[in-house]
Amino acid sequence: MSMSGKKIIVIGNGMAAIRFLEQLFEDDASTYCVTVFGQEPHAGYNRILLSPLLSGEQTLEDVITHPRSWYQDRNIELITNTRIDKIDSVNKCITDHNSDIYHYDQLIIATGSRPFVPDLPGTDLDGVFTYRTIDDVDAMLAAGSHGKRAVVIGGGLLGLEVAYGLKTRSMNVSVCHRHSTLMERQLDDTASRHLASILIQKDIEILTEANTLKLEGDDRVQSVVLDDGRQLPADIVVFAVGIVPDIALAKAAGIDCERGILVDEKMQTSVHDIFAIGECVQHNGITYGLVAPLYEQAAVLASYLNGDKKASYQGSINATGLKVTGVNLYSAGQFNEDESCKTMQLSDAANRLYRKLVFKNSRLIGVLLFGDIRGSNWFQELIESGQQIDNIDPLMIFGEPELLLPPSHEDDMTLPEANYA
Amino acid sequence: MPENKSCAVKTTCPYCGVGCGVIATVNEKGNVSIEGDKDHPANYGRLCSKGSALGETVDLNDRLLRPQVNQQAVSWEQALDEVAEKFTETIATYGKDSVAFYVSGQLLTEDYYVANKLMKGFIGSGNIDTNSRLCMSSAVAGHKRAFGNDTVGLCYEDLEQADVITLIGSNVAWCHPVLYQRIEAAKKKHNTKIVVVDPRQTHSCEGADLHLPIKPGTDATLFNGLLCYLAEKELLDNDYIKQHTNDFDAAIDAARKTAGDIDVVAKCCDIGVGELIEFYELFAGTEKNISFFSMGINQSSSGVDKVNTIINVHLATGRIGKPGMGAFSITGQPNAMGGREVGGLASTLAAHMDFTASNIDRVGRFWETENVATGPGLKAVDLFRNIDEGKVKALWVMATNPAVSIPDATAVERAISKCDFVVVSDCINNTDTTRHADVLLPALGWGEKSGTVTNSERRISRQRKFLSPPVEAKPDWWIICQVARRLGFEQGFDFQSEADIFREHAALSGYENQGTRDFDISAYTNIDNHAYDNLVPTQWPVNDKNPEGTQRMLTNGHFYTADNKASFIAVTPRPPVEITSDSYPLVLNTGRVRDHWHTMTRTAKSKRLSRHVREPFAQLHPATAAAYNISHDQLLEITSQWGSVVVRADVTDRQRHGELFVPLHWNDQFSARARVDTVVNPHVDPISGQPEFKHTPVHITPVQHQWFGFMLSRKEYSLPMTYWTKLREENNWRYEFSDTRPYTIDWFKQRMRNGREYDWIEFVDEINNVTRYLWFDEHELQGCIFTADSYEALPARNWLSSQFSRFELAMSQRTQVLTASGDSNIEDQGEVICSCFNVGKNAILDCINQSCASSVDKIGAALKAGTNCGSCKPEIKHLISSSAKQRLPD
Repeated sequence: MSMSGKKIIVIGNGMAAIRFLEQLFEDDASTYCVTVFGQEPHAGYNRILLSPLLSGEQTLEDVITHPRSWYQDRNIELITNTRIDKIDSVNKCITDHNSDIYHYDQLIIATGSRPFVPDLPGTDLDGVFTYRTIDDVDAMLAAGSHGKRAVVIGGGLLGLEVAYGLKTRSMNVSVCHRHSTLMERQLDDTASRHLASILIQKDIEILTEANTLKLEGDDRVQSVVLDDGRQLPADIVVFAVGIVPDIALAKAAGIDCERGILVDEKMQTSVHDIFAIGECVQHNGITYGLVAPLYEQAAVLASYLNGDKKASYQGSINATGLKVTGVNLYSAGQFNEDESCKTMQLSDAANRLYRKLVFKNSRLIGVLLFGDIRGSNWFQELIESGQQIDNIDPLMIFGEPELLLPPSHEDDMTLPEANYA
Repeated sequence: MPENKSCAVKTTCPYCGVGCGVIATVNEKGNVSIEGDKDHPANYGRLCSKGSALGETVDLNDRLLRPQVNQQAVSWEQALDEVAEKFTETIATYGKDSVAFYVSGQLLTEDYYVANKLMKGFIGSGNIDTNSRLCMSSAVAGHKRAFGNDTVGLCYEDLEQADVITLIGSNVAWCHPVLYQRIEAAKKKHNTKIVVVDPRQTHSCEGADLHLPIKPGTDATLFNGLLCYLAEKELLDNDYIKQHTNDFDAAIDAARKTAGDIDVVAKCCDIGVGELIEFYELFAGTEKNISFFSMGINQSSSGVDKVNTIINVHLATGRIGKPGMGAFSITGQPNAMGGREVGGLASTLAAHMDFTASNIDRVGRFWETENVATGPGLKAVDLFRNIDEGKVKALWVMATNPAVSIPDATAVERAISKCDFVVVSDCINNTDTTRHADVLLPALGWGEKSGTVTNSERRISRQRKFLSPPVEAKPDWWIICQVARRLGFEQGFDFQSEADIFREHAALSGYENQGTRDFDISAYTNIDNHAYDNLVPTQWPVNDKNPEGTQRMLTNGHFYTADNKASFIAVTPRPPVEITSDSYPLVLNTGRVRDHWHTMTRTAKSKRLSRHVREPFAQLHPATAAAYNISHDQLLEITSQWGSVVVRADVTDRQRHGELFVPLHWNDQFSARARVDTVVNPHVDPISGQPEFKHTPVHITPVQHQWFGFMLSRKEYSLPMTYWTKLREENNWRYEFSDTRPYTIDWFKQRMRNGREYDWIEFVDEINNVTRYLWFDEHELQGCIFTADSYEALPARNWLSSQFSRFELAMSQRTQVLTASGDSNIEDQGEVICSCFNVGKNAILDCINQSCASSVDKIGAALKAGTNCGSCKPEIKHLISSSAKQRLPD
């Protein structure tokens, strides 16, 4: 292992960290000597693929995107199963749970986030899970089996993916969601209705405006009780009601934090030579829970450390999809428009096809695609660039004009499921 | 239903007065195929676009199929009893002149004959008039003044023999396309010179040698000027004038007073002296010379005078009654001539006899009635005025649509709606007239009825049936005879067949005739049924002297006046009754388009014919448009003191500055406010009673709409927008519409629902103010609605229309329909020029520009356009010449 270059330590081996490493070593120019600490036992994996792993549509091999050899090829030291307990920014070193001390020239905090579990009676019962790691998936699969009852608390992105995964594993699944709109942060009413109807068709029970009061059971959870008195029998319960940035370590080291670790446009924290990226970060008042912003942060930091002093992170739009087979959904930017916005909408209710573009001052600020997500990259670029669009063409709703597909004449005359992919 | 399986039947076309022979074949599926009859002397196998598309018009959609009284279906017995009872009552209470028939040049001669006989012979009133009043009654009156009888001496073959043909007020290329083709062929063969006298640069001007775009209404001055010119150049046929005519001096005196100076004539007609002299020289120097005229002459408050100024120059040069010369009146309707023969006009009695005491006596003896009308009845415009004033209380309309076709149509419709008792016998259910009927009687339509018609060259041809009578529809003659019997006139109306009627009609024509009346078909008096069925097209007179018919008349200088001499008529030209003013500074002219007929009840059934001109329009000169701030394709409102219409602007330099042209066809069934006769003034010629359709002062304003759209739908709907038009396409209806405010998707959904839930695809673009809606039943596209805040922002409709030919649309194709631009093979074809092969303007322009196709034949070779019926050749010619003009450097 070469020790010639500057010593970088990365705390965390999640998606932000891995993307950072990819970018840092992209052009082979790096002279850094890097050590990565991961709390989980696995090498690099793609957390987004946990949903197909849970549903059984992909295997563990598919999910592990960066095996140990990948790190070795880049002379990156990967230390797994290890928790970091302390940062000493004065002496520029960290201490792990074995009290081993590692020095750094530059430190990258990528501790990510923790699932949020509300303070309700019964959350400590057996059979109650969160959904973040491969271990969580394994535990759920071990606890739940064919024909058992699962209640997923939270009808956001993760909750619905869990619900679908468990349903695919032949469990009876109910989703309890506090709002009237599923995925209300990503969808509007129309898209939410389409989504709900697809999920109902897949035999997933959807309960909206359903507030969980408590979990009941002796040792093992047996039911979920809602505040309107409804009681849902449950063999397992999964909380998917949000995430909390994991900032404890940084905070203890005296690094400025609010909801997340505060960073500037170079991803630098309040402490010199300590940077932070990923879900643990708060930039310009915003924390992010989706993968694209983390990648952008990782790329900025890698460029900066590779000598591009102009590299600068300006914030991201929240763009997302949903990994439920049969559901094609893409959402980016703002789409619950106010009066200053103008929209372009396409709806084919019978086929659950829906598209909405939101414009403000001739700029695209939001896009919501349901059923057919072609064109999402182009829309996202338009939102990110913030460019003024002259002569907005009505056909824009279909995506980039040059890529508009002509109707296929071989197209058979049958109607596929609501799925263009 | 087919009468005979795959049996070809020879019949004639039910459209214009050319009277082409048609062979109709019904195949086993019941579809009707149409071809021209090569043996028929009117057309020798040629057909125009309308005739070619006849097979598309025989369906039973919107057919009137059952008798109705007060919107209730009843038996024939009940309906006929009701008609007879109400007519009897009315006559008993208010007298015989309180009832009237308003009939049509669409009726067969046999139908016409019994209608006329019933009214004039047995009810005893002159109150039967016909829509031919609107078409050629000025020609009839002109002929009678000059020749003593309503004699059209010429035949179509004369068009091939003439060296100069002057088309006066006649867009023959569009209104009588087969005659135009004969003229064109003759021109090719021996370079016939063609002169067009018309304020508009119509398609008849393509290939013409000279176009005189005269100021509307100045025809009489033009021809008075010609008479003076002939006199001045000493080119008169003084022998002919002396031997065969009277009153030449009065005519030339009158002409000299107003048209003695060629500069004055040119100024009055608003044309150059040079072109005027060119025309006069051409006429003067050419013996074989035909003055071919139709509605532009006839439809005038001085139409009869205009006709006589034309006849005057032929009498003065003796160019009459010989091959290739004469004044040739071409009628608009298939049986206008037949109507004239039976006496269907209120101003004539029967069989080319007027209301003289001896004629009244003669006809009374022949018909064995003492109740013959003693004088002319009310002519069309007066008739409806009398209805409006409550003087005529019971009206029977046969096979025509006066609420659309008579000037001041609002007043006409009001009169019909006010009239105590209105009977309409027709083959169409929904017209602007049937909506006011108390009794509706289902008549047979073309292909179902049987009888004879006479075309513009006096040729009597059989119309034969090849379809079974649908449901309860009956021949018009049967309906009339049934009512006549119920009125107590059994003995006069005991006809068993149309042949029975024809024999009586023939007998009357020869009754005490002895050569005193031109109309004589007495050779047919005893024609047997078999011979009637097999009657070959024959030109009358057909009598002992001319058993095979008569090609030309007036050949020997013998006329039907007291001294057998023709009369010159002294004409002092009169301007139109209504002249322009500050309030109404523009002149409205009306007329036909190529592929529609009358009030569109038949032609709008044809998808092919509907493609040529899709919307009602007003043609106006660019300078006129600019003066009123109107752009091409914008809607404009045209207002006269009688009413207004809203139509789309067609800005073109083919129109004179300050003048508008609007087609006469559109009505409330096809557009919101395009019934142009609501705008047209109701003034008539004092002699003929023919209205002045060609000259109404109007003003125009651009229509400011904020919301524009179109709808294509499999089903027919009625839309309430301020502006809408409707037309038939291959598999769907097409609507264009606009308004001051948008109609919402929910409004449309409500309207389309009709007890069914459809799948809707909705696109709403707040930025461009664009909405696009599609609705489906299962996977089948049912309709689409596209709206925008400007007309130009709407996409081309053709590709969208083509999507209705698909049985189902796959998912990816469904939303593709929203883009309105799916397949580059189906480009926007523009207006369809060739109806037969569906070739659009854009394809022809491409062919001209890319392949440098420089002739109509080359276009035909490349695109087939113009190679079937040929009706579009003038337009193709125009496209070639205008593209060539564009290519020339300034």
